[in-house]
This record gives sequence, C-alpha cells and structure tokens, in this order.
Amino acid sequence: MAEPFLDLSDISKAYPGVQALDGISFSVASGEVIGLVGENGAGKSTLMKILGGVVTPDKGVIRIAGAPCPALTVNEASRAGIAFVHQELNLFENLDVAANVFIGREPSTGGPFRLVDNRTMHAETGKLLHLLGVDFSPATPVAQLSLAQQQLVEITKALSLDARLVIMDEPTSSLTVSETNRLLKVIADLKTRGVSVIFISHRLHEVERCADRVIVLRDGRKVGELGQGEIRHDAMIRLMIGRSLKSLYLAPAAPPRAEAMALDQVRTSTFPEQNVSLSLRQGEILGLAGLVGSGRTELARALFGIDHKLGGDVKLAGRPVAITSPREAIDNGLFLVPEDRKRSGLLLDVSISENISLPDLVSYTKSFLMQPAPEAENAERQRKRLNIKTRSVMAAAGTLSGGNQQKVVLAKWLSMRPKVIIFDEPTRGVDVGAKQEIYELMRDLSDQGVAILMISSDMEEVIGVSDRMAVMHEGRISGFLERDRFSEDNVLKLAVGQSLQ
Amino acid sequence: MLKKDLGLLILILVVGAVVAFINPRFLSPINLSNTMNLIGLYGLFSIGVGFVIITGGIELSVGSMFALLGVIFIDLLSTYDVSWMLAFLLIVLAGLLLGSLHGFLVTRMNMQPFIVTLCGLLIYRGIARFYTEDATAGFAFGTSFPMLEWLVAGRTFGIPHSFIAFIIIAVIMGIVLHRSIFGRYLFAVGKNEEAARYSGIRTGRVIAAAYIICGGLAGLAAIFLAMYTRSISPASHGNFYELYAIAAAVLGGCSLRGGEGSVLGIVLGTILLQVLQNLVNLLGIPSSLNFAVIGTVILIGVLADQQIMRRGGFGQIFGRTKTVAQPAAERQT
Repeated sequence: MAEPFLDLSDISKAYPGVQALDGISFSVASGEVIGLVGENGAGKSTLMKILGGVVTPDKGVIRIAGAPCPALTVNEASRAGIAFVHQELNLFENLDVAANVFIGREPSTGGPFRLVDNRTMHAETGKLLHLLGVDFSPATPVAQLSLAQQQLVEITKALSLDARLVIMDEPTSSLTVSETNRLLKVIADLKTRGVSVIFISHRLHEVERCADRVIVLRDGRKVGELGQGEIRHDAMIRLMIGRSLKSLYLAPAAPPRAEAMALDQVRTSTFPEQNVSLSLRQGEILGLAGLVGSGRTELARALFGIDHKLGGDVKLAGRPVAITSPREAIDNGLFLVPEDRKRSGLLLDVSISENISLPDLVSYTKSFLMQPAPEAENAERQRKRLNIKTRSVMAAAGTLSGGNQQKVVLAKWLSMRPKVIIFDEPTRGVDVGAKQEIYELMRDLSDQGVAILMISSDMEEVIGVSDRMAVMHEGRISGFLERDRFSEDNVLKLAVGQSLQ
Repeated sequence: MLKKDLGLLILILVVGAVVAFINPRFLSPINLSNTMNLIGLYGLFSIGVGFVIITGGIELSVGSMFALLGVIFIDLLSTYDVSWMLAFLLIVLAGLLLGSLHGFLVTRMNMQPFIVTLCGLLIYRGIARFYTEDATAGFAFGTSFPMLEWLVAGRTFGIPHSFIAFIIIAVIMGIVLHRSIFGRYLFAVGKNEEAARYSGIRTGRVIAAAYIICGGLAGLAAIFLAMYTRSISPASHGNFYELYAIAAAVLGGCSLRGGEGSVLGIVLGTILLQVLQNLVNLLGIPSSLNFAVIGTVILIGVLADQQIMRRGGFGQIFGRTKTVAQPAAERQT
C-alpha cells in the first residue's frame, strides 16, 4: 500500500492535571478498518476531538494523504473527508430523515431564493438508505424512529459526506443484533470502496469481527497494536485493563427462593393484542432479551407505573398490586433503573448526594425540614459501597463517567429496601471495568434476596449474567431459556419469533 | 447561588448610594417607607411567580387577577356589606382557586403554561371590566374599615405592614423552597421532569401546587393593592405587574428554563426594581422613560451574569452532551 490516508506521529495533549494523550502514533491506510479500544478515560475521545479539528494537540504531526496539517480545523477535517458518527445522537427530531442528512448543506433551487431542493435531497438520501438496507424512507420523521434507526441516520449522514475516513464512536451501543450485523456489513462495504473506518467500541466481539487492526489505548498511551490473526477478545481486554477479565457469569450463592413478582397476562399500549406472563423469584437474575422495539422497555415502564398498562395482573410477593404511578411502585419496593439515564435516571446538574436521596426524602427530614447531614452521610456510604469514583458527593452527577453515573442511579435504590429491581440496559455506555462492577453488584443484590429483571440487548451480557432468560418478540414472550440452553443461536431464534424444538 | 445574591445586594447598595448621593431625599424616612411599601406589595406576588418559574412554567395573569379580585373585594365590602375578615378569606380562596385552575390545565390537560396564563390575563381583565361596566370601583365616601386598613395599609414604627407581610411570607416561602421536601421536588421537577417522575415524584401535583401557591399569594397581594389604591379602574389596575414579577424573579437568579432560583434572590430582585423606579422619580428622569430604564438594567444584569458564568465554565463546542461527562471522566483516570 502506498501513502496511508492518515498518519499520526507522536500526538500528545495535556489538560490541567492530566496527560490525556501521550505520544500516540499510528496510521490508517485507505480501506482499512481500525478498531480503537480502551476503557473510558483512556484518551479515545481526546484523540477523536483532535482528528475532528476541535482540539489542537500540544505536540505531534497529523498527516492527511501525505500533507502535514499542523493546525487542523473543523472545516479542514471535514473537507479532508473525515466524518464522525457520534455515540450521542445529534438529530433534529422535528425534521425528516433527508433533512437531517443534509442539514446545513441543503441543495438549493430557485436561484436567489435558495429554496430547499427537497426532490434532490430525498433522492440522494434514498440511495444511501437503500445501500444500508434500512426499513424507513427519506421522508420518515426522525421522531418516529427508534434509537437504533436514528443511529443509522447518523451513519447515512456520514456516508453522504463522501467521507474517506469515518470515525464511529460506539455506533452499536443501541443497536440490536441484526442491526449490528447490518452495520458491520456496511463497514465491510465501505472498506471495499476504499473508505477507512476507525471503529471505537466497548463491544469487543464486534471489533473482533470487523477490524483489520486494533489499537489499544490505556491512560493516554498506545499500549498495544494487534494485527490480523491476533485480534482476540481476551488479548484486547488484557491490553486494555492490564489484567484478564473473569468470565462474566457469577453463580448465585443459593438457589432462587420464593416468588417475588408474577405477571399474569400483562398488556401494554404498544402491543395491545399481546400479553406477557412471567414469574420472577427472589435471588435470581432473569434476563429479558429481544430485539430493540420488542416491547421490553414498554413493559418495564408499565410495571413501574410510568405508563398505564392495558390489562393483566401483577403480584408482588404473592399479593396483587395495582401500580399506577412510580411512587406506588417505589413504595412497594419495585424499582427501575431506566434505559436512558441522562434523561430519566439523573438530574445531571444536581449533586450526587441530592440525586441519591431524591426518591426517599422523607427519610432525611426532621419535623418537615431537610437535614443535609444524614443525606450526605448516606451518599458517602453509597459512594464507598458502590465505589463511585468522584472527588466529592457534592459534585454534580453530570461530571461523572457513564459507569459512575449508573452507580449513582443504583445508589438511589440501594438506599431504600429493594425487593424487585428492573434494570433496563444496565451497562449501556459503561466501560469494561465498571461493567464488571455492576454485574458483581447485581449478583450481590440477588444473593441478598432481591429479584432482578434485566433487560439487555447486549448478547454477551444477557447470556453471561442471567440465571434464566425470557426472550421477547413483538410484545410477547417467545420463549424461556434455562442456563444450559443459553446460546446466541437460541436467543436469536426466539428474538425473531421462531420457536425452539 | 449565594454569590449571585451577594452580587445583587452589592448592586442594590451601589445604585442606592449613587441615588442618595445625587438626591439625599432618597434616604428620607418618608421616601424609604414608601419604597418599602412598594417592595412589599410587589414582592408578595413575585415570590409566587418565582415558584412557578422554578418549575419551568410561567404565570402571566397575576396583573389581571388584581383587577378582578380587587373589584370583587371592594364590592364585597361596600355593596354587600360582607365582614372584612370573610371578604379577605374569600379573596385569598378565589386566588387559590384560580391557581388550581391553571395548575389543572397545565398538568392534567397538558396545556402550555404560557397559553393558559395568557388566556387568564385576557379573561380576568375582561371580566373585571364587564363586572364594573368599566367604571372605577371604590369605597363610598366616608366608609372606612379601620382594622383592615391598619392591618394591610398601616405602619408600625414607620415600617409599612405590606413590607412586614412580605418579609414574613418570604421567610416562610424560603423555608418551604430551600428546606422542605416540597422545595426539593420543585427544583427537581424544574430541572428534569422525567427523571423526577422516575424517582417517584408526583410531578403533576408538584407543578399544580406551584400555581396554587402563586394564586394564593396573588389573592393576598390583590387585597393589599386594593387597600393601597383604594379605588380600582379595572382597565389599568395591575397592568404589567406580571412582568414586574417575572423581572424580579429573573433578576434574582430564576432561570426561565426552570430548576433554578432562590427566595432571597427574588426578594433582592424586587428591591432592585423598586429602587430603580424610585431612582427614575428622584433623579428627575422623565417618567415616560420608566420602563426603558428598568428594561435596560435587567438586560445588562442578566447579560453580565451569563458572561461571568460562562467564563467560569468550559468552552464547549464538540458534541454538547458528550463533553459534559467526558472531561471529568478523563480527569479521573
């Protein structure tokens, strides 16, 4: 191969108090897929910002197609053909797909009036959507799309820029298995057309599948590079955290005990004709697998009282309950760790301490007045127990990394007396080390007699963590699996609605 | 928040000192007492409006409520000979009722607070004018209610009772907002209603309660204002007062996005507004410029505050939501 498309040598960047990047060098050839892995805080984001022209490195040279770019700006980066697909979606929900793809550079018609040329826009977008093989059209309003479909719109946007290098940051974190497969196919497709890809992901088996070369960062340094044939899950993890990760599954201390929650023909408004019946016992982790959009989150919301359920009965510890609001769910010891923790789980610019006490303020009052001291003491206790990495519990929750934010959400519920906890995508956007801690916590809780329902789209997680699994398909449970029948194959079959022999 | 309040206090003192220097009459007991009276009158309802703003809502109808409740109050006393205590109670109750109506429309009918209270502004003013046939409502010559007048328009040691009432209400509301569970809920709902709901807060009730409190305080203020003017022309009584309240709350650090603000801030905001009004009068600035002066001060005040806040924070351009969490995460490892 001749000239590499992108060549970085000795890139360093320091922020006050931390060396974010320290002498990073690597190059990306045309049509090469680079997997970039590392824990949160390893320096991946800083590196991305440098490539995007947002941050200027303190030291080092960036060469694009052989030409040195000492002070890469945002415009230069995009002109050079570097496009981004961000983890956080930056879409306008009130516009349709085509308008989002062409936002800021709409083709115009009508001369001086500069009217938006909708026809061209839709035609161009349609071509790209066809390439990706998606099930929505350029005219679909983004508000109607699922999180996964929105991610695909972001990718379409990058493709429409005629990018020569697409940098994808956690592109699959909200995609289902089949959507992920489609994305990996798209990456392979880009590759054949000579487009380079930098694929950043915590999901190592995906990196394993699509990368030609893997670069591992740790604490701002490049700690290793794995070439074709060396890219293996355990090798990557060893480099990332400097130790091997144990197998995900932690066996329960005791067999499950009495029934904690029973659902009898529960129906939600998303799938009014279907119903769900299941039983959850104390001391077990029941995985709820399925495709995104199969009605799992809606079920969780209905159980927690956010949405009204259309019918069916819920029993907690054998006693029928009618939960119509989160308050009633909480008073019954049924808690939800929501899917979108930034929107539903936390008050980001409020302190960690106040976030933790929010559902249970009565416990921190004396004659109707808040008592800040016991509140802070409890927060401190939870910080130690959950190993929340922060300088102070008075810091705003939004300053924490994903994993630590999730621990704050957990701390809210652990400060009370949980009987049933529903986890909706417990480790989305959480780095490998914190993931393991959260799994250990879940097991710990279940050993203490808490019943756990874990909704997860991460195959590795749902297979690795659950004691038993229920798989949902279009609003109903298509099958239950015991541990001895756990396999990617079985889960997938049930998730698409087939039955197992 | 404390720093913000301190800044406002310093601003009030500086403006006060300048006015006092140019026109020493500023510090005369009569002028101070009058200014205090106005602070009390405007402060009472500004606190209520501030509560609504903290939930992320808005209340535009208080000025019209003063006209409607004011003419009813005067009518109850002079035409129907209702005892003043009962009339007092009825008017506060009516304020609470209007507040509940707004709360109901906002939380149960999912209407936007701006629209609900804008319609309130139009409707209450219209009813007040129709009710009195656009005539000025006042007490018949010679009637007097010594007890009521002393209570709401009297002075003790030169301090107007409206000011004392305002301070008492401010202390109570300060405790409610900053020390009670309900206060925490108000801030939580204003910051992120969805997360508050997921934490088991009955957000609808909390928001409705803010409108009810605001309505009750508006009812109380309506009585104080009616007894202060003693006659009410329904077409102009209380005009723009809702805007004074919003201005006081915003000057005092309430964010119109919700989730921010303090009672002390609202109190200081009200004081600053009235000192400015006084400044216009005392410095011989044409009173037609009144609104322009106040508008300019608010604009500069909020702008300066934002600039200072921005300098304290990070410059963020790249993927907004991401940078909030990321730099911190990077620092930790």
